[in-house]
Amino acid sequence: MISDEVGYNGKVEGDVIVTKADAVINWIRKHSVWPMPMGLACCAIELMASAASRYDISRFGMEVMRFSPRQSDCMIVAGTVTYKMAEVVRRIYDQMGDPKWVVAMGACASTGGMYRSYAVMQGVDNIVPVDVYISGCPPRPEALLDAMMKLQDKIAKEPSVGNLRKAKAVSAG
Amino acid sequence: MIDDGFIKSLLEKKGSLSRRESIDCLTLDCPADQLKDVVLSFRDDEGFDLLVDLTAIDHGEDAEVRFSVVLHFYSLVHRGYVRLHVLCSDNENPSVPSVSDISPAANWHERETYDMFGIKFTGHPDLKRILMWDEYPYFPLRKEFPLAGIDTPLPAADVVEVTKASVEPAPMMGGPFVSSSDGVMSDSEPRALDESWTEEMEKPS
Ligand code: SF4
Repeated sequence: MISDEVGYNGKVEGDVIVTKADAVINWIRKHSVWPMPMGLACCAIELMASAASRYDISRFGMEVMRFSPRQSDCMIVAGTVTYKMAEVVRRIYDQMGDPKWVVAMGACASTGGMYRSYAVMQGVDNIVPVDVYISGCPPRPEALLDAMMKLQDKIAKEPSVGNLRKAKAVSAG
Repeated sequence: MIDDGFIKSLLEKKGSLSRRESIDCLTLDCPADQLKDVVLSFRDDEGFDLLVDLTAIDHGEDAEVRFSVVLHFYSLVHRGYVRLHVLCSDNENPSVPSVSDISPAANWHERETYDMFGIKFTGHPDLKRILMWDEYPYFPLRKEFPLAGIDTPLPAADVVEVTKASVEPAPMMGGPFVSSSDGVMSDSEPRALDESWTEEMEKPS
């Protein structure tokens, strides 16, 4: 029987581990998420705090914050998304390579928050698909870390090989 | 503090200015065509060389003169503020001469005032919107504009095609989210003031 277990548990002799391709790919992916810090307002301060030593997001392999969408695969939308900014957020999302994930951090990014007004988009999910929402105004760094662990769980369950095949079929026309 | 002697001599020198009632600082009515002269002499002769704010007031659709522009100056010499109040004669196409060539600080303030109220500043080097995007069709701080916003297409056609997103009026149930100004901080965080109605529950009349 092929085990779903991802870590090496020493049941097989020598340096051989038998597992599913999905499990390996997802295991690698979930421990090397490169976030794109989309800091749009006050929540970005908490995002920065979670990268600093006290909360230390590098414990999850996520400390490589990239300010270029082409080098990152998880957009953390931290802050208020105005209608004027929404276009930019989408363009940056489009420039990120697949596979990619989006975390809506805080009340503003999730729902527009307290900004019920003509200028603010009522939730970034109007413009990009969101994987994890975080409540709070602002959420504490712990909440962000919790969300990132949820995202890791989500990545672990993805049919990565199937997705790759699908993408290949699409590009082959 | 600005002393009365200075105010008196200023009003004598500048016949076009007149005093306007105000609850805080010295406020002077100034005709639009005199504005540039007054700002120039404020800067060069009177010591009011720091333009701290420039904005506008919408007195309402029914008001005889709908818009006025207000300019706030601070003087490091007199250690006090003076406010210039300029009525815009035309209610449909309000306009006021730009003072950004005299006081560069006015440049972006004038753009913001144009963006929010639709007041044209004649002679401004680059009068375009500063907060809303260029194609936005409304002036959001005018009295008739609803806080929630008005259905409007987003500017980027390709993004709209993929996402089907547009500017929609924000849900206002519970009223706008405001923080009460009194009480301890934990009690005065922004929240809906009136939670008796929601998207499902009608607003009690
Ligand atoms: S949720 Fe609160 S803290 Fe976060 S961006 Fe919005 S207003 Fe700022």
